[in-house]
Amino acid sequence: MFKLFAWLGNICLSLLQEMGKLLLLFLEAIIWLFRPPFRFRLFVKQLEFVGVNSLFVVLLTGLFTGMVLALQTYYAFRLFSAESLVGATVALSMTRELGPVITALMVTGRAGSAIAAEIGTMRVTEQIDALTVMAISPVQYLVVPRILAGVIMLPLLTILSDFVGIVGGYLVGVKILGINSGLFINKIYEHVDVDDLYNGLIKAAFFGLILTLVGCYKGFYTRGGAEGVGKSTTQSVVLASVLILMFDYVLTALMF
Amino acid sequence: MEHIISLRDVYKSFGSQQVLKGLNLDLPKDKVNVIIGKSGGGKSVLLKHIIGLLKPDKGQVLVAGEDIVPLSERELANIRRKFGMLFQEGALFDSLTVEENVAFPLREHTKKSWAEIKEIVEQKLAQVGLKGMGYKMPAELSGGMRKRVGLARALALDPEIVLFDEPTSGLDPVMSAAINHLIVRTKEEFGATCIVISHDIKATMETADHIFMLYEGKIIASGTPEEIQACEDPVVRQFILGRADGPIKVI
Repeated sequence: MFKLFAWLGNICLSLLQEMGKLLLLFLEAIIWLFRPPFRFRLFVKQLEFVGVNSLFVVLLTGLFTGMVLALQTYYAFRLFSAESLVGATVALSMTRELGPVITALMVTGRAGSAIAAEIGTMRVTEQIDALTVMAISPVQYLVVPRILAGVIMLPLLTILSDFVGIVGGYLVGVKILGINSGLFINKIYEHVDVDDLYNGLIKAAFFGLILTLVGCYKGFYTRGGAEGVGKSTTQSVVLASVLILMFDYVLTALMF
Repeated sequence: MEHIISLRDVYKSFGSQQVLKGLNLDLPKDKVNVIIGKSGGGKSVLLKHIIGLLKPDKGQVLVAGEDIVPLSERELANIRRKFGMLFQEGALFDSLTVEENVAFPLREHTKKSWAEIKEIVEQKLAQVGLKGMGYKMPAELSGGMRKRVGLARALALDPEIVLFDEPTSGLDPVMSAAINHLIVRTKEEFGATCIVISHDIKATMETADHIFMLYEGKIIASGTPEEIQACEDPVVRQFILGRADGPIKVI
């Protein structure tokens, strides 16, 4: 019995310790954000890596999410003759929920994992120590540009994902299932508010912060050679995905 | 003799493993100081304490008379500008070319123009026998070449103190000799204090002004190469003669 409590206690302590370290890294990144020199080139490179290079996969998943949403809601709504609401449902779901979440999960898999692997490799090959020895803050050099890129690029990717999702819904709803085109679009105007879009984008920015911060954190505290890098990469994807879904609920409860 | 770095009663553990056990060390200025000791004996840990990458559990680390243990990262950054460090595997930034790697500290800490920086980089690369290799990426280089680029980078800012973490391990004999020559020249030409971690006894005897033997978390012997060679301590004797039998147990 005592062992069980000790085990539970240890788990809680290590969880708290992990969250504490994550938060401290975040605070340090905020402090370094406002200290010169500002590393514009690194920042632009990260914008490209996190944003531009994720574009294809985000558009593809956005499109298919919108398409399947239209298909599913059509069959359900047909039961009570509300097919005309398919467009509004797709648009609402995409802007409020699926656009930001699917985008964040895809970017986590693509860029978040790569961030953890890259920084983790730098840690185990002493490149981070080399930065420190050269009197350069690794947080400023490595963490700040990545977090900033995540916070800026995720909302932009989400807008595009929302758009192609709705287009996908239109294609399936109007062109394949035969819903009236005017009705489909009209209902979107009727039910979807600009605030829905904005709130979705605020969520996306949060998710961008979470996935880059977790990637940096896991990479930064990597130990133990190639195996350690592999572990941090996996852990960063799992932790970031879990946190994204948890924060999604919290932010939704607060905003809508 | 003036001491540039002193460690006072330094203890360091990782979990249950005690690496440094009340270590005392005084490294004289403007000399080549070589710290010898068996692999996994805490030599790199000791080096990382000197530059503040690790903090001791207990004890003082004095750099030019100032205790660096209580300093913040920002204060440490100022101290670190006096240092250059060659890491065991080179620790080159693999997203940058060789030239950009060597130029890195110059771009960060000087206001020199790119033309001036390029000139220094060429000169430093020539010193380590890598003239014209600036365009290559670290992944295209052999282990020895990476190490030499790391050395060029460590010397880029002509630092007061240069730390070498096993500078010749993994190099062929000719290149080892060239690196040792470079270490001595670093001291003579730039007036730098060199702190070398090594288990290459032959090279140590040739290059060192002072040798320190680290064993079981303490410095057990120190002196000039002649004094160390004349040392009666069985551990030191076993180590410098490279014998399998003796107080140092491997198996």
